[in-house]
Amino acid sequence: MTEHRPLLEVTDLVKHYAVRGGVLRRQVGTVHAVDGVSFSLGAGETLGLVGESGCGKSTVARTVLRLVEPTSGAIKLDGEDIAPLSKTALRPYRRSMQIVFQDPFASLNPRMTAGDIVGEPLSVHGIATGAKKQERVAELFQQVGLRPDQMKNFPHQFSGGQRQRICIARALSLGPRLIVCDEPVSALDVSIQAQVINLLIDLQRKQNFSYLFIAHDLAVVAHISHRVAVMYLGRIVEIADKHELFANPRHPYTQALLASVPIADPKARRIAPLIDGDVPSPINPPPGCAFHTRCRYAMDRCKTERPALQAAGTAHQVACWLNDGTGQAASYSTFVPA
Amino acid sequence: MSEAKTAETVLDVRNLQTVFFTNSGLFRAVDDVSFSVRRGETLAIVGESGCGKSVSALSIVRLVPDPPGRIVGGSVTLEGTDLLKLDDAAMRAVRGNRISMIFQEPMTSLNPVMRIGDQIVEAVRLHQKVSSKEAWKQAVDMLRLVRIPEPERRAQEYPHQLSGGMRQRAMIAMALACRPALLIADEPTTALDVTIQAQILALIVDLQQRLGTGLILITHDLGVVAQTAQRVIVMYAGKKVEEATVESLFETPLHPYTRGLMASMPAVIALGAKSDARLAEIPGMVPSLTNLPPGCAFAPRCKLAVDRCRQEYPPLDEVKPNHWAACWRAGEMAEAS
Ligand SMILES: Nc1ncnc2c1ncn2[C@@H]1O[C@H](COP(=O)(O)OP(=O)(O)OP(=O)(O)O)[C@@H](O)[C@H]1O
Ligand SMILES: Nc1ncnc2c1ncn2[C@@H]1O[C@H](COP(=O)(O)OP(=O)(O)OP(=O)(O)O)[C@@H](O)[C@H]1O
Ligand code: SF4
Ligand code: SF4
Ligand SMILES: [Mg+2]
Ligand SMILES: [Mg+2]
Repeated sequence: MTEHRPLLEVTDLVKHYAVRGGVLRRQVGTVHAVDGVSFSLGAGETLGLVGESGCGKSTVARTVLRLVEPTSGAIKLDGEDIAPLSKTALRPYRRSMQIVFQDPFASLNPRMTAGDIVGEPLSVHGIATGAKKQERVAELFQQVGLRPDQMKNFPHQFSGGQRQRICIARALSLGPRLIVCDEPVSALDVSIQAQVINLLIDLQRKQNFSYLFIAHDLAVVAHISHRVAVMYLGRIVEIADKHELFANPRHPYTQALLASVPIADPKARRIAPLIDGDVPSPINPPPGCAFHTRCRYAMDRCKTERPALQAAGTAHQVACWLNDGTGQAASYSTFVPA
Repeated sequence: MSEAKTAETVLDVRNLQTVFFTNSGLFRAVDDVSFSVRRGETLAIVGESGCGKSVSALSIVRLVPDPPGRIVGGSVTLEGTDLLKLDDAAMRAVRGNRISMIFQEPMTSLNPVMRIGDQIVEAVRLHQKVSSKEAWKQAVDMLRLVRIPEPERRAQEYPHQLSGGMRQRAMIAMALACRPALLIADEPTTALDVTIQAQILALIVDLQQRLGTGLILITHDLGVVAQTAQRVIVMYAGKKVEEATVESLFETPLHPYTRGLMASMPAVIALGAKSDARLAEIPGMVPSLTNLPPGCAFAPRCKLAVDRCRQEYPPLDEVKPNHWAACWRAGEMAEAS
C-alpha cells in the first residue's frame, strides 16, 4: 500500500472550537477536538478509528469530508489538497466521498420514499433522471440486499438494519471511492449488526473503495479494519496493522482499552479496570502526554514533554516515552490482567 | 427447580405474564417467564431489543405503565412475599428499599435540581432512622465506596456537574444506600465507554458480593454476561428460550438463537481470522410481537427448523442438568456436543 499514492492522506489536521461565555459571548477557551492528526488510507483499505467518547473521532471524519471546516492541516484526496478549496471547487470531490451515520432513522427524511432517498444524490449531481435513475436505484437496492419493490416504501416501514441499508445504498449512489462510516452499526441489534458488517465487507471486495470506519465497539473495528488508529484527546496515540495492534499493543492507553473489552468467555474473567477516572476535558487538555493523568507508567517527563508518533516495529507507530523509536517497547508484563 | 427455592432465594418469579393493549392489538411482552435469584448471585437476562427484558424488570417492581400494559399472571415472590398481591402503598415501601434499580440513563433516576448527597440521604433514611447528620455522613461514605474522588465536595454538587461515568456511580451509590435485597440493573453500562464500563461493572459486582445483594443484570452484550453472571436467561420475543449457568451456556449453547447470537458476534481475540472474513449471520429480523408466527417464534430465522417447529411451541425442557432450552431439537444438539 505504500508503493503507490494513498487515496487519502491527512497531515497535521487540527480542529478547534471556541468556547464562549458570559453576556458578551467572549471566547473563554478552546476545545481541542482534533489536535494534529495524520494518517493515510489506501484504495480498498479500511482504517478503523477508536477511542473514548469525545476523543475527536467524528470530528476527524467530518473534517476529512469538509462537512466541518478544518482549523488547519492538509487533506489530500488522490494527491490533491482539498482543505483550502472553495465550496464550488470542492464539488467534484464531493462525489467521491460519502458518509454513513450511526442513527439510520435520524438521517432519513421520513416524508420521502426509500427510492427517492437513494436516488436524490443522482438528481442533485445531475447524473441520472427518470427511468434511468429508477433503474440505477433498483440496482443499488439489490446491491445492499433490499428488494426493488421496497423503493416505494417510507423509512418507518423498514427495520433498523434495513434503514442502514438504505443509507448505504444512498452513499453508494455516486460511486464514491471513500466511505466514512461513523458508528454505522452501533444502533443495531447484534444479529443485525453482523448482516450490515458483512454487507460493508462484500461491497468493498467488489468495488474496492476505502473505509474510514469509526465504532466504539472494538470487536467490530477489529473485525472490519485492516489498520487501526487509537485516538486520545484529539490525537492519534497509536496506529498499526490490526493484527499487530491487537496482539502487541504498545501504548498504555491502547492496552487499557483492549483490557476493558469484556470477553465473551466466562473462563477468561478479568474484571479489573486498568485505568481509573474519566477522560480529561478537551478544553484544557493536560500538557505533555495527555494521557499522563491516568497512566500508571507516567514519568516526570510525560507531564511536560509531548511524545510524537514514532515508528515502533513494522507498520506500527506509537506516541509514548516508553518507546525509544527503535521498536523496543518497555516491558508491559505487569499489564497481564489478573 | 426445588433447589432454587432454598432459603437463599431472594426473588422467585413464576410464570410471569405481562401484556400490552395497543392500537395494533394485544401482545405478550413477557410470556410465561420464570426465574429466581439467590443472595449474592448475578442473574443475567440477555436478548435483542424488544424481547421483553425491561418489561420483565418493570413487572418485578410493578412499574409497567398501565395502560397500556398490565401484569396478567404469575407471581413475583421477594423474600417470601408475593409483590403482585401488595397494595400500592406497600409496594412503594418495597421499591428503593428492598429492591433498587439502576438504569442505562442515570438522569432518569437522579433528580436534576437536588444535590447528589441529599438524594442519597433520602435513600439512606428510607431504611434507617438516623439523624440527618449521620445520614449525610453515610451518603459521603457511599460516594467514597463507589470511588468518586473528593466525595465530600461531590456530595454538594448537582447531577449535571458530574461526568457520565460519575453519574452512573452516584446512581449506584444511591441504589445500594438502602442495602436492598435485590438490585436490578437495566443496561447500566450500555451508554458508557468500555474503559468506564469495566470500572462500573467491577464496582457493581464487588459491592453486590460484599453486601450479599441479589443482582439481575439486563444486557444485550454477551461479553458483559460472561464477565459478570453466574446464571443466564436468554429471551426471544417475550419468552425465555434458554437458561443455564454461565459456563454451560457459553460452552454448549442449546438453543439455535443463542448459538446464532454467539456466532454473529465479532471477537477481539479471534485475530487468527482473516481480516475480511464474514461473520455468521442470523437471517431476517426479530418478529413483531403483534404478529408472531405459530409454533416456535424463532422458526422463520432458524436453520434447523422442521415442520413441527412451525406448528407447536417447544416446551422449556431441562436438556442437561441445570440447563433448560425451549427447542424441539435441543436434545439432538446436546448429544452432538
Ligand atoms: N460544534 C462543536 N462545538 C464545540 N465543541 C464541539 C463541537 N463538535 C464537537 N465538539 C467537541 O469536540 C470533541 C470531540 O468530539 P467528537 O464528536 O469528534 O468525539 P467522538 O470521538 O466522535 O465522540 P463519540 O464517541 O461520543 O461520538 C468533544 O469534546 C466535543 O464536545
Ligand atoms: N409502554 C409501552 N407501550 C407499548 N409497548 C411497550 C411499552 N413498553 C414496552 N413495550 C413493548 O414491549 C416489548 C418489550 O419491550 P422491552 O422494553 O421489555 O424490550 P427490551 O428487551 O428491554 O429491549 P431493549 O434492548 O431495546 O431495551 C417491545 O415490543 C416493546 O415495544
Ligand atoms: S508518554 Fe508517559 S504518560 Fe504518556 S502513555 Fe507513555 S508513559 Fe504514559
Ligand atoms: S424449535 Fe425448531 S425452529 Fe425453534 S429454535 Fe428449535 S429447531 Fe429452531
Ligand atoms: Mg462520534
Ligand atoms: Mg430495555
